[in-house]
Amino acid sequence: MSITPDQVLDCSGMACPMPILKTKKAVDGLQLGQILKMIATDPGSTSDMEAWTKKTGHTLVASEQVEGKFIFYIKKSK
Amino acid sequence: MTESTSNRLAIIALHGTLDAAYPPLILATAAAAMDMQCAIFFTFYGLEIIRKGKADKLQVAPIANPAMPMPVPNIVGMLPGMTAVATGMMNSWMHKANVAKLSELLEMAVESGVRMIACQMSMDVMGVKKEDLIDGVEVSGAATFLEFASQNAISLSF
Repeated sequence: MSITPDQVLDCSGMACPMPILKTKKAVDGLQLGQILKMIATDPGSTSDMEAWTKKTGHTLVASEQVEGKFIFYIKKSK
Repeated sequence: MTESTSNRLAIIALHGTLDAAYPPLILATAAAAMDMQCAIFFTFYGLEIIRKGKADKLQVAPIANPAMPMPVPNIVGMLPGMTAVATGMMNSWMHKANVAKLSELLEMAVESGVRMIACQMSMDVMGVKKEDLIDGVEVSGAATFLEFASQNAISLSF
């Protein structure tokens, strides 16, 4: 994927609720419009990230699965 | 008809076993991560969860708990030591699945602004003092919790 993230957060090996907790902290620290790339191994994080962005108002720009890891690109939208 | 969404989660934690301590804390921290306001009301055995140093020592008994996968008849769970075995089993599953420890979840809950409310009445009944509890806990009564829950909160009890 050719999105250049402003920050990369690796949540590999973490189980719920850690991935969304860490993502929230990271996104809170970004500037409006910046993109966070989050890597997770928890299969539940796919639907969790969709739900999280929906609830918090940020944007899930893209998501992909690479070599068993789930990659999410989140844009700080508010 | 307009749909209203909740932005509040009100949880009552009234059990103090290892298996019952996880749901309130995981949901509360997840809610905080989703910018929801959350309050947990610790009452009766739930007070054990917020006692200083107790969270990582909580136990779960297999007896009368047929949901625990034991290779022996449930009645065997009454033997001395079986509670420790079941507790050890559950703790090792949590560890293998990389689930945070209860003490860590408690810290994260307090840090993310989850209101941790200890029931004054239960404390009196069970002889628990404020100094026995972890930091970040407020001591109140049912009215305080209900006031929070009454404002369009999702209310759960564990």
